[in-house]
Amino acid sequence: MNQFPTPATQPAPVVAAAEAVIQLTGIEKIYQTKTIETVALNHVNLSIQRGEFVSVMGPSGCGKSTLLSIMGLLDEPTSGTVAIDGRAVTSYSDRELAHLRNHKIGFVFQSYHLINDLSVLDNVELPLLYRSGVSGKERRQRALAALDTVGLGARTRHFPSQLSGGQRQRVAIARALAGRPEIILADEPTGNLDSVMGEEIMDLLLTLNRQQGATIVMVTHDEQQALKTERIIRFFDGSQVN
Amino acid sequence: MLLNYLKIAWKVLLRRKFFTFISLFGISFTLMILLVVYALFDHAVGARRPELHTDRLLFINRMILRGDGSMSSSGVGYSFLKQHVSTLRMPEKVSISEAYPISITLYVGQQAVKADRRYTDGNLWQVLDFDFVAGRPYSVAEVRDAAHVVVLNETIARRCFGTAAAAVTQAVQVDGKPYRVVGVVRDVPTVRELTYAECWLPVTTTMADLRDPNYLGDFQAIVLARQAADVPAVQEEYQQMLHRLPIPDPKQFQEIRSYARTLLAHYMTNHNNDAGQDGDAAHFWRQWIGLGLLFMLLPALNLININVSRTLERAAEIGVRKAFGATARRLVGQFLIENMLLTLLGGVLGLLLAAAVLALINSSHFLPYAELGLNVRVFGVGLLLALVFGLLSGAYPAYKMSKLPANQALKGGAAV
Repeated sequence: MNQFPTPATQPAPVVAAAEAVIQLTGIEKIYQTKTIETVALNHVNLSIQRGEFVSVMGPSGCGKSTLLSIMGLLDEPTSGTVAIDGRAVTSYSDRELAHLRNHKIGFVFQSYHLINDLSVLDNVELPLLYRSGVSGKERRQRALAALDTVGLGARTRHFPSQLSGGQRQRVAIARALAGRPEIILADEPTGNLDSVMGEEIMDLLLTLNRQQGATIVMVTHDEQQALKTERIIRFFDGSQVN
Repeated sequence: MLLNYLKIAWKVLLRRKFFTFISLFGISFTLMILLVVYALFDHAVGARRPELHTDRLLFINRMILRGDGSMSSSGVGYSFLKQHVSTLRMPEKVSISEAYPISITLYVGQQAVKADRRYTDGNLWQVLDFDFVAGRPYSVAEVRDAAHVVVLNETIARRCFGTAAAAVTQAVQVDGKPYRVVGVVRDVPTVRELTYAECWLPVTTTMADLRDPNYLGDFQAIVLARQAADVPAVQEEYQQMLHRLPIPDPKQFQEIRSYARTLLAHYMTNHNNDAGQDGDAAHFWRQWIGLGLLFMLLPALNLININVSRTLERAAEIGVRKAFGATARRLVGQFLIENMLLTLLGGVLGLLLAAAVLALINSSHFLPYAELGLNVRVFGVGLLLALVFGLLSGAYPAYKMSKLPANQALKGGAAV
C-alpha cells in the first residue's frame, strides 16, 4: 500500500498474493483469576492472506476481540505462535512490537478511541509521531491525505466532540491509514453507528481493500456486512467453527 | 512530538480545572511559604550589609557568672572587653559597642525625633560593612578625643533634614549635648539585632563609666577574624583567655561562661543560658530541614494522588498510543513532560505569590527597615524538589500503565 487513490480512480480489485501476512498457530488464551480460569481462545490455527478482507463473527464473549488483539500484538497469547510476514514475534521486545504495530498495523475500534483533547488532524498524525525520520511537514501532508481519503479533509481543525459518530469513525479510519500499514484490524467498526453510517464505513473499508490492497480483518455482528467480505471466520466458545 | 505532549498536557490541565487548581495551589503555596521563610531567615542571619562577612564575624555579647545556687548574666563590661578582647592576637580587628540599642530623642532645633542609639568605638566601621549614602564614619581618633559626632541612618536623616546629603555637617542635640552629623548610612533592619541602630555615637561621649571593672555590663564585642578558617582559633583563644582570668567574687561564683559566637549561633541560642558555643547548630539544621521536608510531603502526596487518578482516567489514551506504536519509555516520557509543565507552572505561581507576600511584609513595616527579597538559591532548590516530586508522582502511574497490555488499557486499565 504505497499511494492513496485519486478520487477519479475506479475501484479495481488488487490480486492478492497467496502468502500469509498473519499466521496464528496453536493460539491459546486463558484468563486466570484466583478462583476461575476462562479459556478465551482454544488452539486457534488461522492464516490471513495478503490483500484479503476477512470477517470474524460469533456471539458475544466467543473470543473475537481477543483474537483481534492477539493478531494486532496488543495482547500476548498464553501459548502458540503469532507470525507477521512469516516471522514469529514470540520473543520480540516491547520496542520491537511497538515498531511492528506502528509500521504494519492500523487499528479501528468500535468506540473510535480518538483522543478528545487533540484536533482531528493531530489524532490522525498519531501513528506518524512514533515513526522516526518523518518530518512534521510530511506528517501533516500524510494525515491530510488520509483525511481526504475518508472525505474529512475539511474537518481537520475540529475536535472529536464536534463530530458525529460516523465522522469520528472516519477519523479513526484515517488514523489507521496515515501510517500506510499493510494490515487494518477493525473491531466492530460499525457497532456504534446507525445502519446508514454503518454502510458508509463498510463501503470505505471495501474501497480501501479493493483499491489499495489493504489486508483487513474485521470483527462484526452484522451478517450482511460480513457477507460483503471475501471470507467469514466463525467462532464459538473460543474455537473456530468453520 | 514535544508540541503534541504539551498540547495534551495543557488540555488536560484545562479539562480538570478543580484538580489542576488543587495541584497548582499545593505546589505554589508550599514554594511560597518556603521562599518567605527562607527570605526571613536570610534577612536575619544571611551575609548582608552591614554583616557582609558572616563567615569571619564573631559576637561576644553575653557573659554568665555561675556559682552554687546563684547565677548572674548580662552583656559584657566595656572595660573587660577593652582589656581582654581587644588585645586578643588572632582577630584582625575588634569593635566594641553597646549590646542593645537604646531609644533616645534627638533634637534638631525645636524638632524632636525618636531614634534608637548605639555607642560604639571607631573600629565598628572597619569591622562591619555599612553602606554610607552620604558623609563618612567617625574615626578612631575622633572616638579617642571624644568628638561629638554622630552617624545617622537614612530614615532619621531624612526625617530631620529632608535628604541624606543635607544632613551631613548639621547639628543635633543628644542628651542635651550638641553633636555634628558626619555620615548617613543605609537603614539596618531591626532583625539584625546585633548591629541595628538609627544613630551611632562615639562611646567616649557616653555618660556611663567606661572604667567600671565589672566583667558584666551593657556592651558587646564584634570580632573580625582574618579569614573564615581562623574562626575556631579565635573562639579557642577567647576561651583560653577566660580560663586564665580570676573569677570575680569567688565566694559566690565558680565559673565564667561566655562565647564568641557566629551570627547564626547567636540566633540559635535564643538567650538560652545553657547553650554552648555553636548553639547546637546540628540540632537546628536537623529540625528545620526535617520540618521543610515534612512541609513538602503534603503537596507531594497530594500530587501523587491526583496524578494517579488522572493517569487512570486516561488509560484508553495510553492504550491507543500503544496500539499505534508508542513504547513504554515514550509513554513514561510523555507523562513526565506533563508533570514538569504542571510543576513549573506551580513554581512560577509560587514565585509570584512569594514576591507579593514579601512586598506586603516590606510595605507593612511589620519588620522595621525590612528589605525582604526572593532568594534565587532557595527558589531553585524548592522548584527542584517540587519537580522531583512531580516527576516521581507522574512516573509511577505512567510506568504502571505503560506496562499494561494495550488491550487492557483500551478497556480502561482496570487492572492497575
